[in-house]
Amino acid sequence: MDEALLRSLTPSVLGILVRRGADFAAAEDAVQDALVEALRVWPADPPRVPKSWLVTVAWRKFLDSTRADAARRRREDLVDEEPTPGPVPAVDDTLQLYFLCAHRSLTPSSAVALTLRAVGGLTTRQIAQAYLVPEATMAQRISRAKRTVSGVRFDQPGDVATVLRVLYLVFNEGYSGDVDLAAEAIRLTRQLAGAIDHPEVAGLLALMLLHHARRATRTAPDGSLVPLAEQDRGRWDTESIAEGVEILQAALARDRLGEFQAQAAIAALHADAPTAEETDWVQIVEWYDELARLTDSPVVRLNRAVAIGEADGPRAGLAALSALNDSLPRHAAVAAYLHERDGDLATAARLYAEAARKAPNLAERDHLTRQAARLNARRR
Amino acid sequence: MAKYLLLKHYRGAPAPVNDVPMDQWTPEEISAHVQYMNDFAARLEKTGEFVDGQALAPEGTFVRYDGEGRPPVTDGPFAETKDLIAGWMVIDVDSYERAVELAGELSAAPGAGGKPIHEWLEVRPFLAAPPTITE
Repeated sequence: MDEALLRSLTPSVLGILVRRGADFAAAEDAVQDALVEALRVWPADPPRVPKSWLVTVAWRKFLDSTRADAARRRREDLVDEEPTPGPVPAVDDTLQLYFLCAHRSLTPSSAVALTLRAVGGLTTRQIAQAYLVPEATMAQRISRAKRTVSGVRFDQPGDVATVLRVLYLVFNEGYSGDVDLAAEAIRLTRQLAGAIDHPEVAGLLALMLLHHARRATRTAPDGSLVPLAEQDRGRWDTESIAEGVEILQAALARDRLGEFQAQAAIAALHADAPTAEETDWVQIVEWYDELARLTDSPVVRLNRAVAIGEADGPRAGLAALSALNDSLPRHAAVAAYLHERDGDLATAARLYAEAARKAPNLAERDHLTRQAARLNARRR
Repeated sequence: MAKYLLLKHYRGAPAPVNDVPMDQWTPEEISAHVQYMNDFAARLEKTGEFVDGQALAPEGTFVRYDGEGRPPVTDGPFAETKDLIAGWMVIDVDSYERAVELAGELSAAPGAGGKPIHEWLEVRPFLAAPPTITE
């Protein structure tokens, strides 16, 4: 059976239940139950119209649970008012769901979990595995999140920026498990791009596709990190790159620049270079300038210093770096790289070792320790 | 079955035999070390003895309650804390002897010159739930 199809139906089925008057939290539970039922029943007995099947079963589950509930009398009114199935604005419902699950009253981790479950159709167990927390913890996180948004009216206009932030987090901070969170983030962003016409949604989708295209080359078989300049570009996914570039160009043509489009433009320039040496660093610096104007993020200015180091030489890069606070994450790693390019191996080795001590994850720490070791070996 | 914590220290343990800082190894020696650690964890998963393994960043902060309505007091990070935990592995094994045997294997991870580090690891038993039958 097609689990991807099943999961893609989740938001519109949930939207229909909510439109019929089910409260969001109960509807969401009912849709989860229906998904589990579908996984059990469909392989042997596939439905003729999957979506109708899901709506029917989810609605039945919802009624069962509300009947069993202490508040049954009040809710049974809904049964009498059960609407006849008819045409439904699925796209609008999907969009409202994205807004609700990324509502600004939710913490980022809650918004991520709720989005993956209610929009993505993942089970609590899958989400828990992906984020390396116990299933009971994730179940609590999701039910608290549902309580938090329970007062939000389903038809209120939402904020696209918060939705994009959540999808970016799913893509960028996904861990492991049997669910590919990066692919899931792309699927959800693509679905969002189908529901709303917005250049930054397109920009984020392009950004994800362009980075996803390099994924297979980012780590060596032994798990160690491979820096961009050393990646085997022949193994980049050209189809994904082409799609990302096309989406980005269409978005940029509308002349409403935002940070995701600018980030995607940088990724596209890297993807476009046949070799690392042929990278158009001058244009990349220009995009970092745009990005700095749009976000004023110190991380952007740190990356900009690297790009300046490539475009105008390591001294220029170090000059740009000197304007930044050295407590910034990865500051020491950038300084080490620029000093190495400048030929000062002793300083570079010392800074790489310092950067390794401050590394935010094991793969980066090992990589930076290796860089220090490589330079120390050369100096012996 | 009993659970044990294998603790690795940045500081605070006696000096290992092969005591060379990692940034003075060759990149290949680092790769061999990382591979050994990964293989060790993978092997314990296969034998059904692995529970969890985590590494910690070296810099931490001390925090304590400072009374009603006041924000917590923080102190540190301290450059010279005498004991500093680098990471741990939790194993679930049949005996203390098995825990010691595995800690010994982990301590044999290769370091500079490809030779075992002979690093001191601390083995600490978990305080488990009381058994049902006590008499």
